[in-house]
Amino acid sequence: MSDNDGQRFDRLPATEAERDVEGRATREEVVDYFADRFGIPSETFDDYTFWEKGAGKIWVYGGEASTPLEIEAIGMTCLRTRQEHWKPTTDFVQRFGRAATDCVIDLEPAEARRFAAGEDQEIERWDGDWGYLIAAHDVGVGPTDQPGGDGELVDRGEREPIGVGLYVHGELRSMVPKGRQRDLES
Amino acid sequence: MEPLERYRPIIDDFEDFLAACRRPLGNAVRVNTIKASVDRALATLEAEGLAYEQADWNPRVLDLETDSPGSTWASFHGFTHGQEEVSAVPPVVLDPEPGERVWDCCAAPGGKATQIAALMDDRGTVVANDNNLGRISALRFNAERLGATSLAVTNADARNYSLQRFDFDEFDRTLVDAPCSCEGTIRKNPDALDNWSEGHISSVAGIQKGIIRRAIQATREGGTVVYSTCTFAPEENEAVVQHALEAEDCRVVDFDLGLEHAPGLTEWDGETFDSSLEKAARIYPHHNDTGGFFVAKLEVTA
Repeated sequence: MSDNDGQRFDRLPATEAERDVEGRATREEVVDYFADRFGIPSETFDDYTFWEKGAGKIWVYGGEASTPLEIEAIGMTCLRTRQEHWKPTTDFVQRFGRAATDCVIDLEPAEARRFAAGEDQEIERWDGDWGYLIAAHDVGVGPTDQPGGDGELVDRGEREPIGVGLYVHGELRSMVPKGRQRDLES
Repeated sequence: MEPLERYRPIIDDFEDFLAACRRPLGNAVRVNTIKASVDRALATLEAEGLAYEQADWNPRVLDLETDSPGSTWASFHGFTHGQEEVSAVPPVVLDPEPGERVWDCCAAPGGKATQIAALMDDRGTVVANDNNLGRISALRFNAERLGATSLAVTNADARNYSLQRFDFDEFDRTLVDAPCSCEGTIRKNPDALDNWSEGHISSVAGIQKGIIRRAIQATREGGTVVYSTCTFAPEENEAVVQHALEAEDCRVVDFDLGLEHAPGLTEWDGETFDSSLEKAARIYPHHNDTGGFFVAKLEVTA
């Protein structure tokens, strides 16, 4: 077993048997985590590779690359590992979280605004698992709800993931990073 | 506006041109189809009570009526990205297909690179390079917010770019959205002409020539290179493409553009350019009420 080189991208080993870097998550573990925790089907990631750069930071990438790789970024950061409770990123759940069926908490408009602004809030109604949840709300449904656009109205008013929240003791803590937080009006 | 006087002989309706340059631009956003269909993005904006107008030439480009286009739910979800209307032109001219290898050699802050990824349904490899490490953080931020998983971000000088870091040794298409004197951004940045000088134009043209040559070398035979700038100066536009025609194996090709524009020039300041440069497009602010832009499409011939 060798140590993790935090300065470069290394592709995750497919399984435990192929692991040669201490403490590195495997592709199997990552895909299983998204399936077990959030119900995101494993096939979602069939065309993607997973990489580690930095201590425990996992990246999901859809293009071509060889391992190891010393460049600035590939695809997007998706998950923080090498800690007891793995934590998905806000940008990952926005990109892939529509496929989630479990550990998704639906927020009312005022709650969604507070969440996007980075605020923590008491939400008593959640009776699912504690820990990291996907916070979601309905978009495309306004007070007037007028039809519009240039295509078919097939996906209006669907649930849309906002970001990752940490739910403990009746409180939902927004994990939206500072640079992504916004004060929204509606 | 003084520096723009040199273009009086080549721009029709020059007074209209100057008047347009003095008018500020509206807020343009591009719908990011990696995260939402056009329809879903529009429904989201409507639900927020935001009015918009779709561009005639591209339904993904919107003129948005708001003072803060970055503080909408549509933007928070990455359904929209603030991007000037003409800035959405080069990726459309590049016309990439899913699965291809594409190089955006001057990519920060990433509006065009993520648009390329969206046009490829986020499938394939988009190498987004920039030589400025500071601007790469903005590129990475935008790529993640817009959900572009096909992007590989590198920090290098495009003029001597090495493909050794990848498994492949040539690209299918390359976008050279070159650093330039930015005369065409005067409506967005009123001080864009403050440090204008012919000396600056001449030095930036030297860099542009180095980048376009490397772009052609790194693109496969039959592949496409699009060269664009946001400036009017022929020294940075037709003269750079002319240099590429003389130094590399390529030719200028036609493309369709749904925006009003003037043809590229075949002479400037005593210098003549290949007649094929008429196939390039000069987009002036008074044509479509946008910023100014230059676009040429090249086919690599060996």
